[in-house]
Parts: sequence; structure tokens; C-alpha cells
Amino acid sequence: MVDARALPRRRFDARLMLAGGWLLVVLLAAIFAPLVAPHDPLAQDLMLERLPPFWLPGSEPGYWLGTDSLGRDLLSRLIFGARIALIVAFVAALAACIVGSTLGLVAGYFGGWPDRIISRIVDIWMAFPPVLFAILLVAVFGTGLMSVIIAIAVIDWTRFCRVIRAEAMSQARMDYVENARIAGFGRLRIMVSEVLPNVLPSIVALLSLEMGIAVIVEAILSFVNLSISSDAPTWGGIIAEGRLSIHQAWWVLVFPLIALFLTVLSFSQFGEGLKSRFDPVLR
Amino acid sequence: MILQRFLIRLITMAITLLGVSVVVFVIIRVAPGDPIAMMLPPGATDADIARLRALYGLDRSIVEQYFIWLSGVVQGNFGTSISLRQDVMSLVLSRLPATLELSIFALLIALIIGGPLAIVGAREQGTAVEAGIDVANGAALSIPDFLWGLALILLFGVLWPVFHISGRVSPRMDLPFVTQFYLFESIFRLRFDLTRDLIGHMFMPALALALPLAAIISQLLKISLKEVMTLDYVTLARVKGFSETKVILREALKNAALPTLTLIGVQFTFLIGGTVIIERLFSYEGLGNMAIDAVINRDLPLIQGIVLVFALIFVLINLAVDMMYALLNPRLRHG
Repeated sequence: MVDARALPRRRFDARLMLAGGWLLVVLLAAIFAPLVAPHDPLAQDLMLERLPPFWLPGSEPGYWLGTDSLGRDLLSRLIFGARIALIVAFVAALAACIVGSTLGLVAGYFGGWPDRIISRIVDIWMAFPPVLFAILLVAVFGTGLMSVIIAIAVIDWTRFCRVIRAEAMSQARMDYVENARIAGFGRLRIMVSEVLPNVLPSIVALLSLEMGIAVIVEAILSFVNLSISSDAPTWGGIIAEGRLSIHQAWWVLVFPLIALFLTVLSFSQFGEGLKSRFDPVLR
Repeated sequence: MILQRFLIRLITMAITLLGVSVVVFVIIRVAPGDPIAMMLPPGATDADIARLRALYGLDRSIVEQYFIWLSGVVQGNFGTSISLRQDVMSLVLSRLPATLELSIFALLIALIIGGPLAIVGAREQGTAVEAGIDVANGAALSIPDFLWGLALILLFGVLWPVFHISGRVSPRMDLPFVTQFYLFESIFRLRFDLTRDLIGHMFMPALALALPLAAIISQLLKISLKEVMTLDYVTLARVKGFSETKVILREALKNAALPTLTLIGVQFTFLIGGTVIIERLFSYEGLGNMAIDAVINRDLPLIQGIVLVFALIFVLINLAVDMMYALLNPRLRHG
């Protein structure tokens, strides 16, 4: 049994490295986009429309991943698109995390009527189809970065709330909480200084997972043309274009799709890896 | 006991639906942008605008509008779509069958992929086969249906075009149907040429929806199977000389299936939620696709109707799962 526990630890580290490595690449590309992008992501050149990627005949040097139907450089658009993807990922996921974890902690630890009210709201939220909810909210708030972030946070706080509530509930029944109470600690203090640290590994894992989800939701919103302004390069926007010109220029769909696949997979694996590192039981 | 549970669930269900209706009503009414302005020709007079506002009840207060709408909904009247100028209820009913067929087809695919994988994984415990299944599950789980849909479009729509990637049925097909349940009806009418065409259109979006669920089914069923397989009665079956596959199929599966069934219920609602964007991606004429158009056109009555129908489906599935669990679980049955 001891060996069985040592073995997955090493595997987790490899996947933590791989996932973290890719996320670092995306992060650096996003931060230094103007320096690393070979071209202006908005510059159109109809002489260069639908150039294939570099290894295919007909490609132009300097346009590594080819161009779209307006002759815009695909690699540069992807690099600038990473900016929007990561801003949405970090801000929206963090907002959802703070709201959801706080409510979950309160509901799970205090129980009683706060739990009943919060759980009822979660039930109502779960009865909405999430994608439709997101589209509806962005349509209401108006397109733009801020609306996308708000929409994701408004919808996805329940993911945190449900998990953290269940965990806080089981923590609240443990001996150490009872001991703290006997020692004279107030309930709020126990919740923050005793229960919270024990549910933190789950929060971290969920947060990483949620960042991946936020990237997807942003892509979906861009896909239905409801995200940021329509000419800003976003991964979802590039995908929407690629879907239209799929028979003439498959690469416009393939490369953003690969970027999304790797990013989403990395966020979820990174979260799992972090959780197993921090989890006192697994450690 | 079960009856009491059922009644409590019915009441919470009603509260949830009421909550959904309030939330969606409030969100839509605070939205800037006038739906009436969008449907009028440029030369409309103020009197025209006022008359149209009154027609759709938009000249009253929000609270009044809500109760007028709610009293209609209770009688099955969801109002009139602003963009399509038809009864919302009949619009929803004309699209709902397409979405239901797609969702159920996807659920079947998920069961067909996930179930056998779980059984193989449980039989080959600790081998490379099980590890391989785990890796495949992990990948299928972390990638959402939207990305699977795009990947499938590339693979089977462009690279190796064997399936349709757009629409519900080929336009040249001549449809003899009286209901909107095309797939079911084509089978009943023995029009297998149509069945083939429908499945050819449905398979890609359904597979995209099914893959994450298949991974969940396979993962959870495998864990339950492995647990059950350490129990005495399974060992007894082994001692009797049954093969391992037979032991799983005849003895373990029955008892391991319950937790998976419960989970499938919740996950099935997620799958149906996913149809919204998957239908859009594959230009499939279902309810979700119509919902996105409704949002873009600011068609308030239609949005409300569609959201409420989705919510109703979700709570009904949860109710069904809960009741099934109560009926199947021996501990609750005799409790």
C-alpha cells in the first residue's frame, strides 16, 4: 500500500510540470504579446489571404501558422487572444471562487437557515442551462470584457459553493472543531482559522479547474459573437471564423482548437496535481 | 416514506421553478435595449410604438408584468414571440422533440461507451488496460463538449467526411412526419432511409455531448464494481467456478449500478444544458439553437419560455432520479 501511494505522487509531479509548463508558455505569450507576435493581429492583407501553415506549399515565410480569410496572421491572433483568455480565466474564476467558497463555507459550517437559503438559491441556479444563462447575461450587460467576467462569476459560483459546503459540513463534525469550541473560540473564528485551511486544497483545485472552464465559456461567447468587440482577436472568435471557412482553410480552426485543448487540459491537471500535493491526507 | 419524500420534492421543485421564473424575468427586464424598437419599421409613429408596447404588456410595471405572465404560464400560455410573431408554446413544442431526441441519443451513446469500458476496467484491475482506460477517462472528462464538437467537425466533417456536420436532416429528403420526433417516427414508419439520414446528422453532435458523460459513467461504475467485487457473495460466485466476466455481469453489476444511476441523472441535465451550444455548432434545429437566436433578437417572451422549459426538464429529471433511487435502494425502501 505504501508503494501504491508513492507511485502516483511521482506521476502527479510529471503532470504538474507539463501542465504548468504549458500554462507558463501561454502566460508569457500573453504578457509579452506585442514583442513575440510576428505581426499586427488586426492587420488585414487581401494579398495574403488564407495562406497555409509553414510546412505546406504556398506558405509565406514569417506567417508560421498561416493566415485567415482576411489575410491576418493566425499566430499573432492566437498570441493576442491568449491575453483575453487569461484575463477572463483569472478574474472570473477568482470572483466565482470568492463568492462561492464564502457562501459554501457559511452554509456548510453554520447549517440551519443560512444553509437552507443558500442551498435553495443553488438549486435555482442549477436549473438554468449554463451556456444559455451566460449568453443571456452577456446580452443583458452588453458585450465587453467586463460583462463576460461578470457572467461567468454569476453562473459558476455554485460549483464552488456545492463542493465547499459539503466539505465544510463534514469538517464541522470533526473533533478538532469541537475542541476549538471547548477552548472558547468563536464560531466565526473557527470557521476562518480552522475549517477554511482544511478545505483550501479543494478550493485551489476547483479554482484551477474553473479557470479552464472560464476560458471555454469565453470561447463559446466569442463563438456566438457575444464576447468582446468582434474585431478583437479571441480564441473563440478565431474558431467561429475557422468554422465558416473550414473547407477552404482548416488551419484557422485547428490551431485555436489545439490551444484551447491544451489550456483547458492543463488547468484541470494542474489543479488535480496541486490538490494532491497540498492535501494533508494524501501527503 | 416514499410518498412523503415525493411530496417534499414536488414542493421544492415548484419553489425552484418559481425562483427560475423570477430570476429570468428580472434579468430580462433590466436589460437595456427596447425589443419594440427592433421590430418597428423606421417611419413608425409614437402612437404605433405605444400601441405595440400595450399589446405585449410592456407598458405596465415589472411586478404587474410578472404576475400577468405567470398567470398565463400556469394556464399553459407563454405569450407571443416578438421576433417570430407566433405562440411561444407552439414554437417551443416544435423544437423540443429535436433536442430531446439528440439528448437521449447522446445518453445512449454514453452508456454504450462507458458501461463496457467500466466492466473491462474492473476485470483487468491493475493492468495496463485499466491504466489506459483511466487516462482516456481523464482526458474525456477535462475536455468539454464544445471542444469535442469542434474536434469531431474537423475529423469526420473535413478530414474524413463520413458524417453530416450541419442540420438535422438532408434538405432533399421528403418528410412524411406528423410529429417532430423524426427519429422515433422514422423507425415506426419503417422508413430506415430516413432513420439513416437522421442518425448521420445526429451522430456527431450526440457523440460530442456523450464523451464527457461516458467518461464519468465508466469511471464511477468501475469504482463501484471494484468495491462490490471484494464482497463475499461475489467471491462465492467465483468459487462456484463462474468466469470473471460472468461474475461481473451476473452478480456485481446489479449492485454496483445504483450509485452510477443516481449520478447519470444529474449528469444528464448537464448534457441537456450542453445541447444549447452544440446545436449551434452543428446548426441543428433544436430548442437551444432557437434560444440563442431569441437572446440575440431580444425576444423576451421566447427566452422566458425556453429557459422555463429547460428548468422544468432539469427538475423533472432530478425528481425521477430521486424517486428511482428511493425505489431501488433497499435501505430506503424498508426504512
